[in-house]
Amino acid sequence: MEEPSKKEELCPNLLDLIPKDIECVFNIDGDKQRSHGSSDEKKLELRLSPPGDDHRWSTIHNPKIQRDESLPSLWYHYSTTQSNFSNQHQQKQQPPPPKFSFLQYQKGPAVAMESSQPCSRRMVDLRNAEKKAFAINPANNTAAANSSQKRAAAAAPPVVGWPPIRSFRKNIASSCSLGKSSLGPQCTITSEIANGKPGKNLRKGLLVKINMEAVPIGRKIDLNAYDNYERLSAAIDELFRGLLAAQRDSSAGGNKEKPEEKTVITGLCDGSGEYTLVYEDHEGDRMLVGDVPWHMFVPNVKRLRVLKTSKLFTLNLDVVKVRSRVGLYDPLKIFSVGGLLTGDVSLFQKILAALITGAIAITIANPTDLVKV
Amino acid sequence: MNYFPEEVLEHILDFVTSNKERNAVSLVCKTWYKVERESRYRVFIGNCYATNPERLIARFPRVKSLTLKGKPHFADFNLVPHDWGGFVDPWIKTLARACPGFEELRLKRMVVSDEILELLSKSFVNFKSLVLVSCDGFSTDGLAAIAANCRYLRELDLQENEVDDRSGHWLSCFPESCTSLVSLNFACLKGEINLSVLERLVARNPNLRSLRLNRAVPVETLQKIITKAHRLVDLGTGSFIHDPKSETYQKLKNAMSKCESIRSLSGFLDVAPHCLTAVYPICPHLTSLNLSYAPGINSNELIKLIRHCRKLQRLWILDCVGDKGLGIVAATCKELEELRVFPSDPFGPGNAAVTEEGLVAISVGCHKLHSLLYFCQQMTNAALITIAKNCPNFIRFRLCILDPAKPDPDTMDPLDEGFGAIVQSCKRLRRLSISGLLSDKVFLYIGTYAEQLEMLSIAFAGESDKAMLYVLNGCKKLRKLEIRDCPFGNMALLADVGKYETMRSLWMSSCEVTLQGCKTLARLMPKLNVEIINENDLWDEIPADDDRKKVEKMYLYRTLVGPRQDAPGFVWTL
Repeated sequence: MEEPSKKEELCPNLLDLIPKDIECVFNIDGDKQRSHGSSDEKKLELRLSPPGDDHRWSTIHNPKIQRDESLPSLWYHYSTTQSNFSNQHQQKQQPPPPKFSFLQYQKGPAVAMESSQPCSRRMVDLRNAEKKAFAINPANNTAAANSSQKRAAAAAPPVVGWPPIRSFRKNIASSCSLGKSSLGPQCTITSEIANGKPGKNLRKGLLVKINMEAVPIGRKIDLNAYDNYERLSAAIDELFRGLLAAQRDSSAGGNKEKPEEKTVITGLCDGSGEYTLVYEDHEGDRMLVGDVPWHMFVPNVKRLRVLKTSKLFTLNLDVVKVRSRVGLYDPLKIFSVGGLLTGDVSLFQKILAALITGAIAITIANPTDLVKV
Repeated sequence: MNYFPEEVLEHILDFVTSNKERNAVSLVCKTWYKVERESRYRVFIGNCYATNPERLIARFPRVKSLTLKGKPHFADFNLVPHDWGGFVDPWIKTLARACPGFEELRLKRMVVSDEILELLSKSFVNFKSLVLVSCDGFSTDGLAAIAANCRYLRELDLQENEVDDRSGHWLSCFPESCTSLVSLNFACLKGEINLSVLERLVARNPNLRSLRLNRAVPVETLQKIITKAHRLVDLGTGSFIHDPKSETYQKLKNAMSKCESIRSLSGFLDVAPHCLTAVYPICPHLTSLNLSYAPGINSNELIKLIRHCRKLQRLWILDCVGDKGLGIVAATCKELEELRVFPSDPFGPGNAAVTEEGLVAISVGCHKLHSLLYFCQQMTNAALITIAKNCPNFIRFRLCILDPAKPDPDTMDPLDEGFGAIVQSCKRLRRLSISGLLSDKVFLYIGTYAEQLEMLSIAFAGESDKAMLYVLNGCKKLRKLEIRDCPFGNMALLADVGKYETMRSLWMSSCEVTLQGCKTLARLMPKLNVEIINENDLWDEIPADDDRKKVEKMYLYRTLVGPRQDAPGFVWTL
């Protein structure tokens, strides 16, 4: 396995060196000679069109190519699975050139399975496409093929608008498949949005920042990858479980005796857990997650926060103070000027307005602080 | 003919009902044009932006029935932003002014509002029929206005709309004098319904032939309704969960066995497997069965049900039925004409629910099949060739392999030969959707053989611009072409610009077309609206320097009235 590994290391450097306007020919040496009478040297030509063109890819393939492990290092991961294919499909031809210029959406399994190489996006897509071509062989029924196919299918995020069925049918299907697990209130939300407004929020990857209290590093989460609150909760739990455990470890003095102990973060959306999920909408307001149907929630989210449920209400009061201060300042400023804003307001008037707003804010917020409204 | 009285001509033309033929009639001479336009009552407008309401009234002043379609077809799959357009407001307002005798409105993929529904109900005294398919923007308040004000309402048909369900009281708005209902379909509503009101409504409308209930209507009410509605032909059940040992079940079964008239059954929005036995009595008469909203019923139960339905002509089912179930369908339903198999788990890992074997079995057993929509895990060339040989009568053939760009699993070839066989064999094919791994060859076949093709949907297919050119040059009757995620660029788009004026519309998304190409096309063809939909950038004007940027979504259509005025910010008409 030396040669393939060497080739694999060579791969990123080799690709970097390739200028864009020459024809690349990858020579495939049969290091594992399980040839079935066909030629040893297989050629796969990739042509990169010169800049200024539409960057169309075209692959020319030798029709006599057979699939076995003697393949370029890009595909060396499949060498073990290929052995099964090659044994059973002796006379089969290589799959025709895959369509990869538009398979940009399918990122999942390739990234997981392949080593992360700094190749260009198109090369990753090429790999993805080849992976698809090789992984798809249900007639084969080998364990390796099945598991890789299932992993590929399960891990790949759905392409927008594919398969071409209407939204309410998708939700029927998802409620069927999730029916076994305890969805509870989320189930009604899913069925309510079965006829929800389509198209409004299914953009490619709606990444929003998400911060958790007491965790200094935030994460980003793709809201379009989920279609209900339950899945979002689960995803957030996964994201922060490790970080929270690490945080606790570090705050407890680096006690690493129980690395496996990670508390599961549950009940984010229904107020029953230790943590609650809130979001900031485009108007800047902090809102509790879970009130509106999912499809209305997604387009309005600017960022997410995970807060301790117990501290939820004190946070709101600070917000009240800040809001009343900030909100009242401008009107008061204008009022003190007398409604005329020609040029800049004088410094004295600004200070006066600020003092008055501060006083009003404290008058409102302090008593409510005491009462804990 | 020196003198031919117009009245006679009008009388004769009354017998010409098809709009296509009437269009041909109006081209003969000016007299015939005049007589025809004054006697045309049903108008169909396939793209609401191709013309405007004023022109409609000017040409057909006596219009009584209007069918309008708004958003492009891919809006069903969330590819078109929600507020792209398709507002019915200007149409209703103009009709309200000019056509007080207006009776029937059919809308598909349009945005309707409550205010417009209210205007509709109050402006037209004789309003009889409202059919809304895949529309949105309205709520049950609008329905309440329709129910209350339209005294002679015969048909209220809501199919797969998104309705903001505020309360069930809209049903109570039907006055006691409303006895003319023939068709009532509110299956898409999600909210509660006043059940006693529903029962009374059904009781006082003896002509009711089509009734489709929503999920909120339980079995007890269904049973009462069936006993009262004697002329029911089309029934859509609501919630269909009951205990087989209960009295309700017995009553339901009795009611069903007395019911001779039901020919079409749908609904089953909530159903458990053991509940289906109640409908066995009506199965032998059924010609249409829709079980596609009912997940969770396994293959065996479905098979047991289908065995009773020997006269079935139309079947919509989920792929839980499996290949084996489809074999039973083929053996039992010899009269089958339309089949739709929907995926029950579209994003799940490859549980091979239905494959090519099921479809081959169907083609062997059901020779009358002419309309197909089939979602499957895989398909082979050999299977498609067999199917083409067995069923040469296809008019609509839509095949969707759930894994995009998946080749033939046996040979790893693209599915060119299979689809080629289909277009070659089915001479009357009008609608085709292709999927799987496809090269340019299949488009050559389509262009060569699919002479009657009117609508073509392509996704993740083709290798070069030649593919699109084959189709544009070959299919003379092509009206709608929708393409997503194919490597077709400017060369293909601009090769035959005149073709687009013979078509209704073209949709291209995630292709290789650039802004430069679209601008050129718009400049060359002023009678086309070339719309660029760019959700991510909200610019006030099209940037001048970024012409080589690829266009994400382009929708072009022929029009007589220029760029539309109601386009939102993210849609640029070039």
